[in-house]
Amino acid sequence: MTVTTDPALAASWSRAAASAGARRRRSRVQLYHHAVLILGVLLMMAPLVVAFASSTYDPVVIHSEGLQLGYGGEFASTYGAVLFDRGGFTGEVTGVRMLWNSVILGMGFAVGKIVISMLAAYAIVYFRFPLGSLAFWIIFSTLLLPLEVRILPSYEVVQSMGLLNTYTGLILPLIASATGTFFFRQFFKSVPDELLEAARIDGAGPVRFFIDILVPLSKTMMAAIFIIMFVVGWNQYLWPALMTTDEGMFTIVRGIRQILQVWIGANIPDYNKALAMAILAMVPPALIVLIFQRAFVKGLVESEK
Amino acid sequence: MIKILEAVASDVTSDMASDWAPVGPPVPSDRALTLEIDGVVKRYPNGALAVKGVDIQVGQGELVVFVGPSGCGKSTLLRMVAGLEEVSEGEIRIDGRRVNDADPADRDIAMVFQNYALYPHMTVRRNLAYGLQNRKIAREVIAEKVAQAAAMLQIEEFLDRKPAQLSGGQRQRVAMGRAIVRDPKVFLFDEPLSNLDARLRNQMRLEIRKLQRRLGVSAIYVTHDQVEAMTLADRIVVLNGGLVEQVGTPAEVYARPATTFVASFIGAPAMNLLDAVVEGDRLRVGEAAIPAPLGAPQGPAKAGLRPEKARLAAPGAGLPFALEAVEELGATRLLHGLAAGAPVVIAADAALPLPSGPLSLTADPADLHLFDANSGARL
Repeated sequence: MTVTTDPALAASWSRAAASAGARRRRSRVQLYHHAVLILGVLLMMAPLVVAFASSTYDPVVIHSEGLQLGYGGEFASTYGAVLFDRGGFTGEVTGVRMLWNSVILGMGFAVGKIVISMLAAYAIVYFRFPLGSLAFWIIFSTLLLPLEVRILPSYEVVQSMGLLNTYTGLILPLIASATGTFFFRQFFKSVPDELLEAARIDGAGPVRFFIDILVPLSKTMMAAIFIIMFVVGWNQYLWPALMTTDEGMFTIVRGIRQILQVWIGANIPDYNKALAMAILAMVPPALIVLIFQRAFVKGLVESEK
Repeated sequence: MIKILEAVASDVTSDMASDWAPVGPPVPSDRALTLEIDGVVKRYPNGALAVKGVDIQVGQGELVVFVGPSGCGKSTLLRMVAGLEEVSEGEIRIDGRRVNDADPADRDIAMVFQNYALYPHMTVRRNLAYGLQNRKIAREVIAEKVAQAAAMLQIEEFLDRKPAQLSGGQRQRVAMGRAIVRDPKVFLFDEPLSNLDARLRNQMRLEIRKLQRRLGVSAIYVTHDQVEAMTLADRIVVLNGGLVEQVGTPAEVYARPATTFVASFIGAPAMNLLDAVVEGDRLRVGEAAIPAPLGAPQGPAKAGLRPEKARLAAPGAGLPFALEAVEELGATRLLHGLAAGAPVVIAADAALPLPSGPLSLTADPADLHLFDANSGARL
């Protein structure tokens, strides 16, 4: 039961296995390996397990006895309430609505970033224009200016354009991406020049070449960037919190906080609902990563050229 | 000459007659000119000259090979014909039409790249059809042309595969198919065989030759491999340092190299070049001498002798030859050694016994090539 796939290692191991002492030593080494791995898994999973288990209990139990590890039997009612009960200050917004807002934000964020950065990288790599590389480095230097640094001017601009509490205002200021531009630039640079030349001889203009050749070639790359950007977009907190005052526009990440805030009088906060919402907020990005895992790895390590 | 002018008079500018000064032997006179390269210069923005004024004519249906060492400008020249590089000076005409400023797609050329440059995400069928689709040709016509080309190249069974699923030779065929479906005036081949293994290369070389003959389309073929050049070409253009050294049929270039460069580049193993002095009817090399060719100008010269024309003789009968190493090639045997102090190769029949003891090197005076000692030009 060798874990390794390295043939040299495997060969040396099988030679070592000839003696019984070596075999015992080997199994002990494997035991350590597994122990470390299992410990790591526990460490990573424990908060999730606790959160999920506790979310199936009544808030009173959680309040008096702390977080739970078992199954409390309130799963259906809690999650049903979180998803479908109208809540919040206005009593209008549901969990489904917030999930939907998050999906739109994540999708718009990821797709927007891919479109913008592909176009920027295309211009930088394939067109010789004055100060082209300077333009690239200016784009690149915006990595030093994350949203948090420019949040006031960004708000000012979006507000003056009347885009507060709109999806456009939520997504647009976030989609310029130096990282994406950089990734696509590197990728385009690795595409052989002969492809462009062959396409030129085949009568493909700049737009045709982009759509017919570059975009299909970038598919795995786009998938990889989509995953990263979707998760980043989904987890946006500061910008949506600042931008949206209409509860109908709240994202799920923001909604978690909203529930714990409802601490009126002597009411016990809905711990179970907050935890359920946290779980719900984690499921879609986790699903995306699981589904696109293969494309993701492929996009990062290889490319069809 | 008159005949050529008549043949192309309909679409050639009137000043052509004055421009038409072939570097090598003229194009066979029953052919119209498909491609004319007139005083073409390539100057890079940093001032470097890649091509320093080249005139070449390619006749209808002719296969012309540009051969030379890397950096000699052969690929640059080809890319200028294709429209992938701008022409700094001079003029390129295809079928009499000036194409200096025409888009690659509008030049009526097709190119086969060294790495094939197939579109990796498209099936073979789409690879072949892509250029035609962009020209807005009717779908049925495209399908027909693709089918024809595929049949000709025997790639029908691969039409629905992607390039990654094909072997090197099959990809090569697809690349040729992409050129064929365009039905161009000129095929441009940029070292198309250098990614194949030796056996496949010989086979594809022959196929390219047959195909080009069958289609009767003019072609330029760029290579650094002189064997490829010799076997494929109707005419060879030997380039060196951005200039044409010689234009001629393979036989001419082999038999009468115009310069020492051509002499040493064409033919394998390379021609032996010895520093010599013509004195009367003798050619002196070092201390010894052999008969000089008839009418050789007196004075110092470079003497060229092909290894396969060099002969061994008894000591004293020619230049003293000290054998240093032997290479067996099967039918022939290469004897490496020093003749009058200069390294020399002799190709000897392998069936004969290996010579031993003191030897000398001699040659038929008619087999000797004499070149100017300074310029390297043929005397």
